[in-house]
Amino acid sequence: MPTVSMTVNGKAVSGEVESRTLLVQFIREHLELTGTHVGCDTSQCGACVVHVNGEVAKSCTMLAVQAEGANVTTIEGLANGDDLHPMQEAFRNNHGLQCGFCTPGMVMTAVDLANKNKNPSEQQIREGLEGNICRCTGYHNIVKSVAEGARNMGG
Amino acid sequence: MYDFNYQKPSSVADAVNAMKAASDGKVLAGGQTLLPTMKQRLASPSDVVDLAGCGDLSGISASGGSVTIGAMCTHAAVAGSSDVKGAIPALAAMAGDIGDPAVRARGTIGGSIANNDPAADYPAACVALGATIKTDRREISADDFFTGLFDTALAEDEIIVSVSFPAASKAAYEKFKQPASRFALVGVFVAQGSGGARVAVTGAGENGVFRVSAMESALSGNFSAGALDGASVSADGLNSDIHAQADYRAHLVGVLAKRAVAAAG
Ligand SMILES: Cc1cc2nc3c(=O)[nH]c(=O)nc-3n(C[C@H](O)[C@H](O)[C@H](O)COP(=O)(O)OP(=O)(O)OC[C@H]3O[C@@H](n4cnc5c(N)ncnc54)[C@H](O)[C@@H]3O)c2cc1C
Ligand code: FES
Ligand code: FES
Repeated sequence: MPTVSMTVNGKAVSGEVESRTLLVQFIREHLELTGTHVGCDTSQCGACVVHVNGEVAKSCTMLAVQAEGANVTTIEGLANGDDLHPMQEAFRNNHGLQCGFCTPGMVMTAVDLANKNKNPSEQQIREGLEGNICRCTGYHNIVKSVAEGARNMGG
Repeated sequence: MYDFNYQKPSSVADAVNAMKAASDGKVLAGGQTLLPTMKQRLASPSDVVDLAGCGDLSGISASGGSVTIGAMCTHAAVAGSSDVKGAIPALAAMAGDIGDPAVRARGTIGGSIANNDPAADYPAACVALGATIKTDRREISADDFFTGLFDTALAEDEIIVSVSFPAASKAAYEKFKQPASRFALVGVFVAQGSGGARVAVTGAGENGVFRVSAMESALSGNFSAGALDGASVSADGLNSDIHAQADYRAHLVGVLAKRAVAAAG
């Protein structure tokens, strides 16, 4: 069985996997970091989005072995102790979630968007979230959250 | 997904050898198509040969009036490349409108054209711009490369190395998105290059990308949206599915071709 090693949320981790083990399975089942969700398992919904070497990735559409040596950040890696990340805080302030299932992927995608575009317009936010599906909110408050989060990230 | 033997060679030559040695090998690029297909067990390769270790596949360079894009360049890299934006802005814009940010961060040009999905964007760009596809063993013109539904001129163990696009004096792509998947319900890429005007259509044809010669001749003397007045394509040979009927797609081809010519300026 292949062994994979990577850095997840700043910590070096490794484990034995099958070739077919998905990155999201490695994160949830091996590392027991269950903040990253599986909504569709068909690359559509974005609930499983994490950052791999600073880029967004649907972790259900990536093999664990493809992340060998990579630097991975999951939703658990954003907060600083009890201090939420500005994007998480913005989702809380703006009622940017209801059931919360899509939220980890939304926040990870939003952080990437704000890293690349410090002052995104509403249109740019909506386009940036095209790969993230929410069944609850109707997106309106998510868009507001992302705008505020981007501002508070130092945009 | 059935299990498989994972390999990550460090050169294209080693990757070709790994493919030759495998009983049923598949190369892996961004995985945005292959992994979903394997999950559905529509593909169950014995060996998956990951190209991510072949460092020679991810460069972009412009020279002598053309831009060459390595097979492993992601859609995001193409969209953001100053070489691509400088030589063929329409190509950069097209890559920046594929799928969503996560798909663009991993999906590659090589994977997209090797897969030849009948609704994918890159096949239209390659055909309209008269691209040349370079593999480990030969060069193939885009006109000869896309041979049918999910079918290409590639041999089983052949690996795309790069794609070269001659710069066009005018080019634009118009895509009518299937709103759930963001693939092209119909997409039309028009270009005015050294070989004349070309019009390539994706999303519509039963056999994938095709050129519209009547529109190309109308545009060759007069590259303007008005030149396409009255030009139409037949619904014969176009797809009908739950998203759209063939006659609707045929209509869209005309509308999008005009919009693309107008946008190309
Ligand atoms: C949610 C979603 C939305 C999408 N929307 C769009 C869209 O709007 N427009 C669009 O065009 N596409 C879209 N796609 C497809 C996306 O562009 C894929 O990235 C692309 O089709 C395949 O590229 P890949 O690098 O992921 O290839 P992979 O999935 O790794 O491979 C695909 C196929 O190509 C073969 N292959 C890969 N690289 C090579 C090579 N160098 N030489 C020979 N064979 C090779 C593989 O063996 C496999 O058969 C979407 C995908 C998803 C999941
Ligand atoms: S679980 Fe990965 S995209 Fe839905
Ligand atoms: S908050 Fe429930 S799916 Fe988005």
